[in-house]
Amino acid sequence: MAVATFRRAPVWPMLRLQTWAEFLKLWRVPAFTLTSLFLPVMFYAFIGVGQASQKIFPNVTFGAYFLASMAVYSVANVMIFSFGISVATERGMKMDVLQRATPMPPLIYLLSKCITALFFAALTLVVLFPFAYVAGHVRLDPSAWVNLASRVLLGSIPFIALGFAIGYLSGPNSAVAVVNLIYLPTAFASGLFFPKQLLPQFIQQIAPYLPLHFFGQLGWDAVGAPTDGNVTTDWLYLVGYGVLFFVVALWAYRREENRKFT
Amino acid sequence: MPPAAQLIDATKKYGSVEALRGISIDIELGEVVAMLGPNGAGKTTSISLLLGLRKPTSGKALLLGLKPDDLNARSRVGVMLQESGIPTVLKVGELVDLFRSYYPKPMTRDRAIAMAGLEEKANAQVKELSGGQKQRLYFALAVCGDPDVLFLDEPTVGMDVEGRRSFIERIAEFIQMGRTVVLTTHYLEEADQLAKRVIVIDRGVVIADASPQEIKSRVAGKRVRFASALTEKDLEGLPVSASTIQDHRVQLLTNQPESVLRELFRRGVEVSDLEVAGADLEDAFISLTTHKANE
Repeated sequence: MAVATFRRAPVWPMLRLQTWAEFLKLWRVPAFTLTSLFLPVMFYAFIGVGQASQKIFPNVTFGAYFLASMAVYSVANVMIFSFGISVATERGMKMDVLQRATPMPPLIYLLSKCITALFFAALTLVVLFPFAYVAGHVRLDPSAWVNLASRVLLGSIPFIALGFAIGYLSGPNSAVAVVNLIYLPTAFASGLFFPKQLLPQFIQQIAPYLPLHFFGQLGWDAVGAPTDGNVTTDWLYLVGYGVLFFVVALWAYRREENRKFT
Repeated sequence: MPPAAQLIDATKKYGSVEALRGISIDIELGEVVAMLGPNGAGKTTSISLLLGLRKPTSGKALLLGLKPDDLNARSRVGVMLQESGIPTVLKVGELVDLFRSYYPKPMTRDRAIAMAGLEEKANAQVKELSGGQKQRLYFALAVCGDPDVLFLDEPTVGMDVEGRRSFIERIAEFIQMGRTVVLTTHYLEEADQLAKRVIVIDRGVVIADASPQEIKSRVAGKRVRFASALTEKDLEGLPVSASTIQDHRVQLLTNQPESVLRELFRRGVEVSDLEVAGADLEDAFISLTTHKANE
């Protein structure tokens, strides 16, 4: 018979299993796995490899420069896609309803998604870096490889908040379109695919204020390329954008709460 | 010990729609209760309030004496909801393990899967399951935490007759463990098979709260229809719980169709186009509400 005492499940096993479930949910969707792991490599093969050995700055080959671009692109891509689309889809399928009735704290859900997204982001680098080394003949100091990897992983965190905001603001069917409409043009405008000088004038004027622009600068700086401004301001802008995205995400989350659960 | 679940004068409005118009229910630990009512009666809303998925507009909802969204209370509660989804690419066993990790003293994975009769599907992904199997998976997820209180919102909805029968056996097996079970249904038969107490809800209020036997005796079991020129006067003294007469079409609700007809024939009433059928819940409600009005 029932006892009058209240007990709760231990948090660590819950976080471990929730993270494993979140990982499997993404891993078993080829549309996500293939586009996030191999699209950046494909872009690198098409755009980067041909002129990889050309020096675009005294100490920087195009191969290294474009590796930084694609590292930033692929990591932010994982954050926005894995968060934005999976949150929107799960809302659409009402998975959040059953989940809310269980004793799992919402923070565990959020954390497990963040860990999974960071893991996938790291995985894209594990694919991209060796490819750039072999096909693009990119040779960097070991410390530069590490610096690039840790900068893009740390710098991707604001984009988690952006993905989360998109996930709560857009519907399950529109999420993919919204993500592509926001992400692809800003990736272009921030110079991740082509030098900014080739872009139309008016885009060149807004480009320096885009979050991906600051993120890109952190990557290019890590491989030794000169950038506008300095690394500290890049970080500050990214943190500012992170806070903004987080506030929007929180607002969208609360709005959903008020609609669905009051 | 506080009751397992409690609604205290709870009302709920969705915009201008009044889903609950003042409901008070006490469900003690160990009770097996069926909430019965037609679609839109307020059953799911009641369950949502008790689970903290919705907040009452006025009044109060308590789960094991705590606020329903308190994780301490939820750690002792299992839930099967009518409208909810689960990740389609996860496997049955993986989901059961995940949900087990939410609870302090879960059943073994094998036991939860066996209780739902899904042994052969343990390694199947959710998207490979049939509708009935999916429903059983939801049941496995609801019981895997070995909860003291189990909520089942329309557990057999969308199942065929055979699926429903075997599923009811599984619920009965869980009830054997002496736990509190609260289920909603719109089948009186289902309520009768499982519950010791039936709460009938209609248009947001409780219209009856009694044992299944008592509800059944108050509810008309059969619907008798025929064409005849009889008047209300011809029906006097007959065991009929509700009647409508329109354009020589007569409809009676009764538990004793044979004696009603026998008596009508004895009184010399001409009857044609006779039809006797089991009353559905809509009919049952008509007689329940007429009873109320007559009291």
